[in-house]
Amino acid sequence: MTAQRPDRRRVLAGAAGTVLAVALRPAGAAPLPRTETTESAIRRFAGTSAIRPGRVTLDLPPLVENGNTVPLSVSVESPMIPADHVRRIGVFNERNPQPNVVTVHLGPEAGRAQVATRIRLADSQRITAIAEMSDGTYWSASADAIVTLAACLEG
Amino acid sequence: MPRRSTVKPLALVACLLCGPPAGAGDGAPADRRSGFDQMSPELRAMQRDDTANPGMLAVADGAELWGRPPASGKPSCAGCHGTAEAGMRGVAARYPAWDERTHRPIDLQGRIDQCRRERQGGEPLPHESPDILALTAFVALQSRGLPIAPPGDTRLEPARAAGRALFARRMGQLGLSCAICHDDHWGRRLGSATIPQGHPTGYPLYRLEWQALGSLQRRLRNCLTGMRAEPFPDGAPDYTALELYLATRAAPLPVETPAIRP
Amino acid sequence: MARTLINLPKTAKPGEVVAIKTLLSHPMETGFRPGPDGRILARNIVTEFVCRFEGDEIFRAELFPASSANPYLTFTWVATRSGGFTFTWRGDNGFEQTETAAIAVG
Repeated sequence: MTAQRPDRRRVLAGAAGTVLAVALRPAGAAPLPRTETTESAIRRFAGTSAIRPGRVTLDLPPLVENGNTVPLSVSVESPMIPADHVRRIGVFNERNPQPNVVTVHLGPEAGRAQVATRIRLADSQRITAIAEMSDGTYWSASADAIVTLAACLEG
Repeated sequence: MPRRSTVKPLALVACLLCGPPAGAGDGAPADRRSGFDQMSPELRAMQRDDTANPGMLAVADGAELWGRPPASGKPSCAGCHGTAEAGMRGVAARYPAWDERTHRPIDLQGRIDQCRRERQGGEPLPHESPDILALTAFVALQSRGLPIAPPGDTRLEPARAAGRALFARRMGQLGLSCAICHDDHWGRRLGSATIPQGHPTGYPLYRLEWQALGSLQRRLRNCLTGMRAEPFPDGAPDYTALELYLATRAAPLPVETPAIRP
Repeated sequence: MARTLINLPKTAKPGEVVAIKTLLSHPMETGFRPGPDGRILARNIVTEFVCRFEGDEIFRAELFPASSANPYLTFTWVATRSGGFTFTWRGDNGFEQTETAAIAVG
């Protein structure tokens, strides 16, 4: 799957035989300039601990009609009791200007580790959710989303 | 389910420009479909859930405005109309309507603003003002689920015909008309977006692109810009004529306000 | 005062996990977006949301520019006893707002 996104500026070919041409960013174009790498943000969240895939479910629509408002939900398998619960969930992106999406802090009072929100995706990319458990272990899941754009924009 | 097409955008536009002029006729595609059907399951769920639909924030604002007496000392909306649930049920479905005072068609937003200025002594508010949008969304919510049914008033006919003509007219640098995309090629893709039939079932609606609630007029301006045509000036009668035709074309699809659209 | 919509059941049985949904009207201006004059609009986001039950924190979220406008957050709480929730949002430019709700458990 190529990560393509129509550029907001549409280029018109000229008067005779005008064609609606959409300038596309070439597949594999460099991401937008970032304040910090995803790696670095994840390291700040999890320190040097190993992060294992599993126990986390990340729901993200695979095809996004508009990157401004993308429903996202995360749930983690956990009994959510004082002896065994999720402490934090950090969500990270790869292509927004900033790598953090949202970080939530939970406790056994939650009853369940299940949160939902809406996020912005600047481009088609992979989103990763990392859960920190009360025993100090880290678990993760990732999901890819392709971001398209509506037609007939304001400007 | 939208018809999927493998026609690439450039080829599609080439077809559009070469084909015979699209007749608007009496218009709408035989099976009228709201743009709701073409959204992803996640966005449909967002629209359906009143506790999650961001348009409901504006509706809550509108509910408060409904009951708030204006500074002038005149009654609040509730003071004359009672509860919106009772007094405004079905109203939004019957707009645009004929306005006795100005002898022209008027849309719901215009009617609310007129009432506010003339009967409540309110200050004129800027176009697309959040307060007007909130009130309009709140009033239109009272018709949610009811079929769109613009009045058959014969005095509306010239405007309805003007709206139909606008819908079919090729405009702008690309020579596109509304009908070409929304009558003839709905369900296909323009760039990466699926073309809807273009029914105004959910206005004012929360457009993700705007990250806010907005009016049908704002959306029509976006369409005109997208077609590379000159948008009509704010508040121009062309908008109301087009809205009147669109409402006729959409009937009897149900009101969805406040809808969500990409 | 920004508009909020908070949704949770009015009653619950002990041990029941209730869903709490919150929605706040806020532009969440990212600080990366140009305005109509081409200059970048100043960042203006909510940075933190905290929910407390009877004074104890039960949920906290750190938000970033990647959160959508009109932030929507849902989470759960296991009903133990009746009492009051507070919901506090804090953000740029001194933004702070608290709403309350109550639940009857029994």
